[in-house]
Amino acid sequence: MTDMMRLIEPLIPALRRYARALLRNPTDADDLVQDCLERAVGRWHQRQADGDARTWLFAILHNLAVTQMRQRVRRGAHMPIEDTAEANLAVAPTQESGLRHRDLMTALDALPEEQRSVLLLVTVEGLSYAETADILAIPTGTVMSRLSRARDRMIQLMDGTDAAVPAKRPLLRRVK
Amino acid sequence: MTMRPIGDDDLQGLVDERLEASRRREVETYLDDHPEARMRVARMVGLREEMRAAFAPVAAEPVPARLNLARIVEARRRSARPAWQAMAAGLLLLIGGAGGWGLREVVSPAPTGIEALAQSASMNYAVYAPDHTRPVELAAANRDELAGWFSARLKRPVGVPDLSGSGYRLMGGRLVATPQGPAGLLMYDDGHGARFVMLMRPMHVPGDAPMRPHTTETSSGYAWAQDGLGYSLVGAADDSVLHPLADAVRRATAKSL
Repeated sequence: MTDMMRLIEPLIPALRRYARALLRNPTDADDLVQDCLERAVGRWHQRQADGDARTWLFAILHNLAVTQMRQRVRRGAHMPIEDTAEANLAVAPTQESGLRHRDLMTALDALPEEQRSVLLLVTVEGLSYAETADILAIPTGTVMSRLSRARDRMIQLMDGTDAAVPAKRPLLRRVK
Repeated sequence: MTMRPIGDDDLQGLVDERLEASRRREVETYLDDHPEARMRVARMVGLREEMRAAFAPVAAEPVPARLNLARIVEARRRSARPAWQAMAAGLLLLIGGAGGWGLREVVSPAPTGIEALAQSASMNYAVYAPDHTRPVELAAANRDELAGWFSARLKRPVGVPDLSGSGYRLMGGRLVATPQGPAGLLMYDDGHGARFVMLMRPMHVPGDAPMRPHTTETSSGYAWAQDGLGYSLVGAADDSVLHPLADAVRRATAKSL
């Protein structure tokens, strides 16, 4: 029990951050973290004692998030526009940095779900490629290729240019 | 000395500071000769910093009270107790033998009809829904086998409703005992760890019975009968969740029969 508290508690801020980055709406994100913690508490005894608590928790959270995002899509539920914009941004979009922030969020939203999770886990959560592969239950090679594609796509979307993308990998192909 | 060619993985590794020192030097040398790649790496590092900065405030926020781990552990312990006590009471009735049986008549008259069905469903929910080891005996992959098994033991065609349209995943099912004979028990989950069970068994009275709610200390449900087959859906959820789900089940079973 105390072991569980000691290992889980320090991870809660990072779990909230990942949930917020995926779902964007703060209430939905905290609902998800709460679900995740309740499950973790209930299944603590089932987890492998030598396993890493962080990847275990992130995997639970990630799976819950994916289910929820797919349900959102299926139910056709989407956030009203005023919710997606100012209300949920960490920085008010009043100055230059705010606009930049909004571009970042828009670009992130435009990524396919599987690229977005890889990019967030590696970049924002600072997890290793192997840990990220563990959490998402995919091979490390897939982590690498999704990471590379996610970054190029983000830069292209944010800068409105594909200058950063190597010429050998054109994103637009001419259709004859 | 021949160097391993520099690949995209090396560039990503450089951005994420995951390269061994020797490899990092090789990649740096490569970038000196490839300004385009260097530009891309610099932009990727910039993106990394922007993303970290964008989400850093979330982790710095105070953690809301509902995510307090001690509270979650305590709430779990409290909610687990009544179910266990209810089961212990049931066990005592069984162990009590003749004396217990007599007493049972005084404490609560044996339910019949839909009420008996609802009670069986709630008891089975209390036993199987919290089970971590084997909540179901036949997994959802064996849907046809489940339907065949139930149909054979309930001596009438029984379908396995698909509730994925309502956002519920079939986990599987098992045959269970009730005072009225064998019953089919199906389990569903909502993808957030909430489980629901549906119990089905033939009723003594043929025909339909209207849907009605039932509750215990730890769960709620809806029970009804359709063409002589009784159904009860049970979960630890609000009416607002259970009622539409029960309606969805009734629609699904009406269609499959």
